[in-house]
Amino acid sequence: MKSLAARRAANLAVLTVSSLAALFGIVMLAWVLGDVIVRGAAAINWDFFTSLPAPPGMKGGGLANAIVGTLILTLTAALIAVPAGIMAGIYLSEFGRGALFAAAVRWLADILVSAPSIVVGVFVYLVLVRPMGNFSGLAGAVSLAILMLPVVIRTTEEMLSLVGRELREAALALGSSYPRMMFAVILRAARNGLVTGVMLAVARVAGETAPLLFTSLNSPYWMSGINEPMASLTVTLFNYAMSPYDDWHSLAWGAALLITVSVLTVTVFTRMVLGIRAGRRQANG
Amino acid sequence: MRGPAVFPARLRRGGRGGADLAFPALTMTFAAGVVVLFAAFILVLSCQAWPAIERFGLGFVVSGEWNPVTGRFGAMVPIVGTMLTTVVAMTVALPVSFGIALFLAEIAPAWLKGPVGAAIELLAAVPSIVYGMWGLFVIAPIMADRVEPWLGEHLGFLPLFSGPPMGVGILSAGLVLALMVIPFMAAVIRDVFMMTPRNMKEAAYGLGATTLEVVRDVMIPCGRKGIAGGVFLGLGRALGETMAVTFVIGNAHNLSWSLFAPGNTIASMLANEFTEAGDALYAASLIELGLILFMITFVILGAARLWLRVGMEQGGGR
Repeated sequence: MKSLAARRAANLAVLTVSSLAALFGIVMLAWVLGDVIVRGAAAINWDFFTSLPAPPGMKGGGLANAIVGTLILTLTAALIAVPAGIMAGIYLSEFGRGALFAAAVRWLADILVSAPSIVVGVFVYLVLVRPMGNFSGLAGAVSLAILMLPVVIRTTEEMLSLVGRELREAALALGSSYPRMMFAVILRAARNGLVTGVMLAVARVAGETAPLLFTSLNSPYWMSGINEPMASLTVTLFNYAMSPYDDWHSLAWGAALLITVSVLTVTVFTRMVLGIRAGRRQANG
Repeated sequence: MRGPAVFPARLRRGGRGGADLAFPALTMTFAAGVVVLFAAFILVLSCQAWPAIERFGLGFVVSGEWNPVTGRFGAMVPIVGTMLTTVVAMTVALPVSFGIALFLAEIAPAWLKGPVGAAIELLAAVPSIVYGMWGLFVIAPIMADRVEPWLGEHLGFLPLFSGPPMGVGILSAGLVLALMVIPFMAAVIRDVFMMTPRNMKEAAYGLGATTLEVVRDVMIPCGRKGIAGGVFLGLGRALGETMAVTFVIGNAHNLSWSLFAPGNTIASMLANEFTEAGDALYAASLIELGLILFMITFVILGAARLWLRVGMEQGGGR
């Protein structure tokens, strides 16, 4: 055995390095957020929220259509993914204990959570955009829904399994049907956890870019329907940041600020108000 | 009482009938949707990539030629680029994530755990495109002006650090990628550490072990599978990440030993070229790239999830 002094020295070294790593994490967060806030704030004004993008080289202009576009895309995605995800989650939690099929669904859903989002974009392009003949907001929403679905499924399963068995038995004993027991009693009991999970999933897809590149594309105009190319904050940010114009760079920083603040606000607020952390860790205590 | 509640529908047959019997089947249909979706991914991508698969065969992955004009396509450059950026990212991210996880699980005083943990989780919530843009406008100039010249001067004898400092390139992309995967890996590894059975840790401390020894001899061996799962999860993310990389990789179709040189990854190539691919063979080649990426991440993430589940069950069961 090494001497006590040597062991203590090694220990101290590792503890120091580890603390420095944590410090590094915080410094990076402050650095990224600091830059986004300082450079983004310069671009935020009334026009930013109310005007359409200006043509290349022209001064001014805003991202009103992209802001609305991101809201429409995200909400539509949630409308598709949340009901489907809750139903699948109910199956996993209520009927799928121990079943091989359910284990396979769980495993695939977990993989899908971190599947490369650009490939989701390619897939939706091939099954929706190409057959329909045009890029559309709907296709963009479907890509986002595919990314949301596994998160909603797994959260639903976990939150439902936290609800006590007695509640189910009581509802059934009072003569309610199984679906009624699920929707009127159990889902309600798990409401906070479900809302947390859904909000975190929404925040996550609201910042997605890759799946929208080949689906909703982009547009400098107001949308008149969901079946046409639709601007989104993220794709606009991408195009503007890659452009050679300083004005557009500034707008891109504004967009980055808006996206970051929205996503982080939803994330922090949801966690604080509902006081629950979604994801595996919750169930594992 | 918490946990599984199983009410086989057959117990209630004869009760309310229809709704109760149909309900499990209905929910199962939605669950089957996930499997169908997955099968559709592989089927659709394979079918659409078929012209390229048929034309180039296995040569696709070993050829470095990518020429839309002559219609010859090979995936070597983006595959190597994907691997290089991932290796750079993991080299940086692994030790840092371990350090953060260790700090959060074992070192930090209680009052620090909350804020530091929250900061790491916020870092994970920042959208990847923001990292990409920040990398392009903030990191790339620093790399070009300071870091890369310094590396070239001191380590320039290695081919990895030779060549002109460009700012955008494999190295910058790898570093931005590292920043992106650190919070994910740190969070998972911390959770695995936290699940080490308390009595084993206390026994080790009681025998006079230092914190380092408890981590090395108790916490890491206990959570081996979970840690492997967490690392592979980070690996899967790094391989498939698009936006953080596309901004800073430089989008050049070239193969170089130098980490300073611009390059391409599978994901960044798809992001840049997919909408421009008019020619059928060109599009099919890009789709085949997507299929390759999907299959690689499928294998890696699949293994990660299996290990994580086993790891968590072992940790929780003891």
